[in-house]
Amino acid sequence: MLDIFSIPLPALFGQLLLGLINGAFYAMLSLGLAVIFGMLNVINFTHGAMYMLGAFAAWLMLTNLSIPFWASLVLAPLIVGLFGIVIERLLLKRIYHLDHLYGFLLTFGLALVIEGLFQWRWGSSGAPYPAPIPGGYNLGFMFMPAYRGFVVVAALVICLATWYGIERTRLGAYLRAATENPTLVRAFGINVPRLITLTYGLGVALAALAGVLAAPIQQVSALMGSNLVLVVFAVVVIGGMGSIMGSIVTGFGLGLIEGLTKVVYPPASNTVIFVVMAIVLMVKPAGLFGQSK
Amino acid sequence: MRDALLKVDRLEAWYGESHILHGVGFEIGRGELVTLLGRNGAGKTTTLRSIMGIVGKRKGSVQFDGQETVNRSSDTIARLGIAYCPEERGIFSSLNVEENLLLPPPVKPGGMGLKEIYSLFPNLEERRRSQGTKLSGGEQQMLAIGRILRTGANLLLLDEPTEGLAPVIVQRIGEIIRQLKQRGFTILLVEQNFRFAAMVADRHYVMEDGRVVDMIAAADVTQSIDKLQTYLGV
Repeated sequence: MLDIFSIPLPALFGQLLLGLINGAFYAMLSLGLAVIFGMLNVINFTHGAMYMLGAFAAWLMLTNLSIPFWASLVLAPLIVGLFGIVIERLLLKRIYHLDHLYGFLLTFGLALVIEGLFQWRWGSSGAPYPAPIPGGYNLGFMFMPAYRGFVVVAALVICLATWYGIERTRLGAYLRAATENPTLVRAFGINVPRLITLTYGLGVALAALAGVLAAPIQQVSALMGSNLVLVVFAVVVIGGMGSIMGSIVTGFGLGLIEGLTKVVYPPASNTVIFVVMAIVLMVKPAGLFGQSK
Repeated sequence: MRDALLKVDRLEAWYGESHILHGVGFEIGRGELVTLLGRNGAGKTTTLRSIMGIVGKRKGSVQFDGQETVNRSSDTIARLGIAYCPEERGIFSSLNVEENLLLPPPVKPGGMGLKEIYSLFPNLEERRRSQGTKLSGGEQQMLAIGRILRTGANLLLLDEPTEGLAPVIVQRIGEIIRQLKQRGFTILLVEQNFRFAAMVADRHYVMEDGRVVDMIAAADVTQSIDKLQTYLGV
């Protein structure tokens, strides 16, 4: 029998894989939150609702229009991203000059409204979404469903592409500069309000993309995002607000820590991330990758 | 005077509730190098920021190349061909030197190439991969000037480019500003350092309490030196 410290190896790897998958979602969601916070100064509490909207968009397109998963992977983020742009233009842009608290309250209220509407129309029990890649591989020590492997790889690619876009391209340089000093960037002739709208649209589209990827793993339900978003906020705080690579590494890392805890001491698995958050806040208040200003 | 590139008339500006500019008026001819002199708090920086459209509330008239800009947003003003080098330099710490240089987008044809800028400021090329804010004060100032030369803007607003710098660097910046004038840039320079201003400028406007109170041509500086010293309180 294969085991380490009397933990059976298949159970360990099974939980680590689960942790990696959860981590993939933490990373994708915290990335969008970090970018939005940096640029808009808004703690976007609708992020979980946007994730849910992404999953719902994919599910509705599949059941009503027979649009397959792969098309939804592009269409759903576009639709939700446009919805985000409308929200930014109509609501968020009016509160940038106010305290963070107003942005928090506005987006929190919006999330409640959106989730409430979906709960009212579709209930909260959730609907299944068929796995787009059936089957799996026997890795010897464990069974790996093919779709879950795909999700981990896709999330990594999405995260690294986002990192590259922000840290290595001209548009990313505008974004970083406007995060630091929007007034001066605007005085150089860059349309900063439009850049802000675009950033919100992209951040929200990223959440929707994560939602589409999650649909075949989780049930598609109105509250699927609100459960996740609390953990994701903890991830952002641990990683350090505004750090892109920090969000990615922390997201995956905390998913793994959570998975490990499930093996070692299951009752603590729901709280371990918040324990880590408390410790990090005591030792390094700006977060693991954050720079104190 | 040659035809005016910038015409400021009865310009008033506010920061929140405080009324800072009370009717500023002056003109700059094409290719001229003009300074705004005055004590701390006279409104020199606010005048630059008002021209650039950064100050929230402003009234009066700012005409650039015949176009009224006083109601425009700062990004559209920049796109007309005005570039701004702020007093605090505004180097971005999340960008390296070259990214800082490439940040302001070209607004008109005829801007300087990256190579030309590097030949004007060789230090910047050596340190092109360094974080912008890791440069020395002088290098940061050169970066702040260098990055607005690429855009093709023909009016440069320079806010105290010599502040806090060693005399050797001040001299170097003086040479660069003279070179820029020779290249045909029109320059509005805010200075506390009068000796520096006198070395480079064609004319000086003196500001007091949010107004322009006097104009002194470069040729008349020596005979107006007493008057100037009273204005500047030196």
